[in-house]
Amino acid sequence: MNIAVIYNVFVRDFRKQKKRIALTLIALTWGTISIMLLLGFGEGLQQQLVTNQRGMGESISVLWGGQTTIPFKGLGKGRHIALHKEDPAYLKERIPEIQYIGGEYQRWGVEVRYGDQVVTEHITGITPEFEQMRNHIADRGGRMINQLDIDLRRRVVFLGDELKRRLFGDENAVGEMILMRSVPFTVIGVQAPKMQMNSYSGSDEDKASIPATTFKAVFGDPWLDNIVYQPYDVNQMKIVERQIYEAMGAKYKFDPNDEDALRIWDVAESQREMHNILLGIEIFLGIIGGLTLLIAGVGVANIMYVSIKERTREIGIKMAVGARRSYILAQFLIEALIITFFGGFGGMTISYVLTEGFKRIPIQSDVLDFMGRPTISLEIGLIVVAILGIMGLLSGLFPAMRAASISPVESLRYE
Amino acid sequence: MSAIMDMKQIRKVYQTGKVTFEALRGIDIQVERGESVAVVGPSGSGKSTLMNLMGCLDVLTSGEYKLDGELVNTLTSNQLADIRNKKVGFVFQAFNLLPYATAYENIEIPLLFARVTGRKRRQRVTELLARVGLADKAANKPTEMSGGEMQRVAIARALANDPEIILADEPTGNLDSASGGEIVKLFNELWKQGKTIIIITHDASIAGQTQRIIRLKDGAVDGNGDLR
Repeated sequence: MNIAVIYNVFVRDFRKQKKRIALTLIALTWGTISIMLLLGFGEGLQQQLVTNQRGMGESISVLWGGQTTIPFKGLGKGRHIALHKEDPAYLKERIPEIQYIGGEYQRWGVEVRYGDQVVTEHITGITPEFEQMRNHIADRGGRMINQLDIDLRRRVVFLGDELKRRLFGDENAVGEMILMRSVPFTVIGVQAPKMQMNSYSGSDEDKASIPATTFKAVFGDPWLDNIVYQPYDVNQMKIVERQIYEAMGAKYKFDPNDEDALRIWDVAESQREMHNILLGIEIFLGIIGGLTLLIAGVGVANIMYVSIKERTREIGIKMAVGARRSYILAQFLIEALIITFFGGFGGMTISYVLTEGFKRIPIQSDVLDFMGRPTISLEIGLIVVAILGIMGLLSGLFPAMRAASISPVESLRYE
Repeated sequence: MSAIMDMKQIRKVYQTGKVTFEALRGIDIQVERGESVAVVGPSGSGKSTLMNLMGCLDVLTSGEYKLDGELVNTLTSNQLADIRNKKVGFVFQAFNLLPYATAYENIEIPLLFARVTGRKRRQRVTELLARVGLADKAANKPTEMSGGEMQRVAIARALANDPEIILADEPTGNLDSASGGEIVKLFNELWKQGKTIIIITHDASIAGQTQRIIRLKDGAVDGNGDLR
C-alpha cells in the first residue's frame, strides 16, 4: 500500500466534500459537548453536595438528654436525663471505639459587642475535639480553641466567619477584644468559610465558640446541651450507640433499652442516605448521558450512511480506473479517524472552555454554591469520543467495505 | 498480429435471489492488437456484460480470458485493479465522473493510483486536457460542462496511463449527434495512433467506421466479421 497515494486522494477528497465532513464534525463535536457538560455539571453538583455534607462533620453522632419511658429499678418513668460535663470523659473511658468526644454548651440570644457594633447571637462552649469532629477549622492567621484554653478557662473566642463579618467587616479580627454579656473575650480565630447543609443548632458561620470551661464559669449552665462523638470506624456507629445506652443507663439508672432516655442523631446515617441519593443522581445522569450519546451516535452514523449511495458510486468509479481495495478502505479509515480526532478534540476543548467560563462567573449566589463547580473528566471525554468515533466509523466503513468488495460494475450500478 | 484479447467459452450468469440469468452463454472472441471493433446487438444481448468482462470490471462465471497473454481468471483483486489502471481505459455511457471534482482532478485520478508524482502528473493532465480540446475547462466541474465535454474528460481519464486498449460502452448514447461525432473522431484518431478500440454502439454509422463488427444476440455471437 502506498501512503502517498492514499494521502493524495484523501487530501483532495477531503477538501471537496466539505459539507458532509463539516456536518459529521459538528454532530460529533455537539455530542461530545453535550455529554461532557451533562456529566461535568453532574459531577460538580455531586462534589458540592458531598462537600456541603461534610461541613457539619463526617461520621459523627450527636447525643442529647431525654426522658425515660420505662420504669427502672423502682424509679418511675418520665424522668429527665441530663448530660453532665464529666460524661464525655466517662464515655471515652468505657467505650474504646470512640476516637473523639466532647460536650457542648449552647446559649442563644447573647449580646455580642465590638466597638459600636452590637449583635445578638448564639454562643457555644466547646472543646478542642470539635475542630476534628465538626470541622471548626480556623482561617489563616487564627487558631481554634486548644486544651490550654480549656485548662486555664481562658476568655478567648473562635468566631464564625459570618458573625466576624458582621462585627468587623473586612477588618482583621484576630487579637481584637469583643464583649459578650459585657465580659471581654479575645478573638483567637475565625472559621474558614465552609458550606454546611445540616445542623442541630444553626449554622456554624453565625456562632461564637468559647472554651467549655469558660462557658460554664461565665454562664453557669448546670448541664451540657449535647455531646458530639466520632468513632474510629464509621461502621461501629451502632455498636458505640448501644454501649452509650449501657454506660449512661448504668450511671443515670435507666433501662439501656429505653431509647427515649437519650436521643442520638447518627449524622453518618443521614450521610449514607445522601450517598444513596447521590448514587441515584449518578445513575440518572448516566442514563441520560447514555441516551444522549446514542442520539449523537445515530446523528454521526446517519450522516455517514446518507452519503453511502453517492460514495458507493464514487468507490465504483475509483475502482474502475484502478483503485485497489486497500486504498478505498484506508481512505475511509483515515477520514473517520481525522473527523473523530478533530470533532472529539474540539468538543472536549469547547466543553473545557465552557466549564472554566462558568467557574469564573463572579456572581455570589446560593444556587451556584449548591451547583458547585462543573468538573469535566478527560476519561469520560475520551470514552465519548471513542464511542462516537467507532459508531461513525462502522456506519461508514461497513458500506465502504461492501462497496469495495463487490465488482466495480455493481458499485457503479448502486442505487 | 497477436491477439491482445482471447476469450474462450465465456459464460456470465447473474443470480438475483432464485432467479438466474445467463447473460453470456459461452462466447469465443479474439481481438487483435491495434484492431478497432464494434460490438452491436439488441438490448439485453449481453454487450455491456461482455465489455465489463473485457475491462476487468466484473468477473466471469466460467471460461478462459487471456488479456495480453495473461490469464485474467486467476488474478488477484489488486492485479485486476492494476489492469484497469494501466492496460485498459474505460469510457462509459453515463461518463461516471466524480461530481465534486474538476475536469483536471477527474483526469488525475488514474495517475494518482499509478503513483505518478508531482510535475510529471501535472504535465500529463495538462497534455491530456489539450489532447481532448479542453485546456480551458480544467477548473470546471462536471455540472459546469456539456455532455460532450464530460465525455471528452472521461476519454482523457481513460487515456491517463496510456493504456493499449480503450473500451467504450455506448460513448455517444447520451450525446447529440454533433458532440457524438467529435467523440467518434477522437476514437478514430486514437486507433490511428495504434490503440486497440472496442466500442459498443447502436449507431450503425459508428459501427461502420470500425474494422470489424461483432454482433451479439441472446448472449451468444450472432455474427463476427465485416457485416456491413
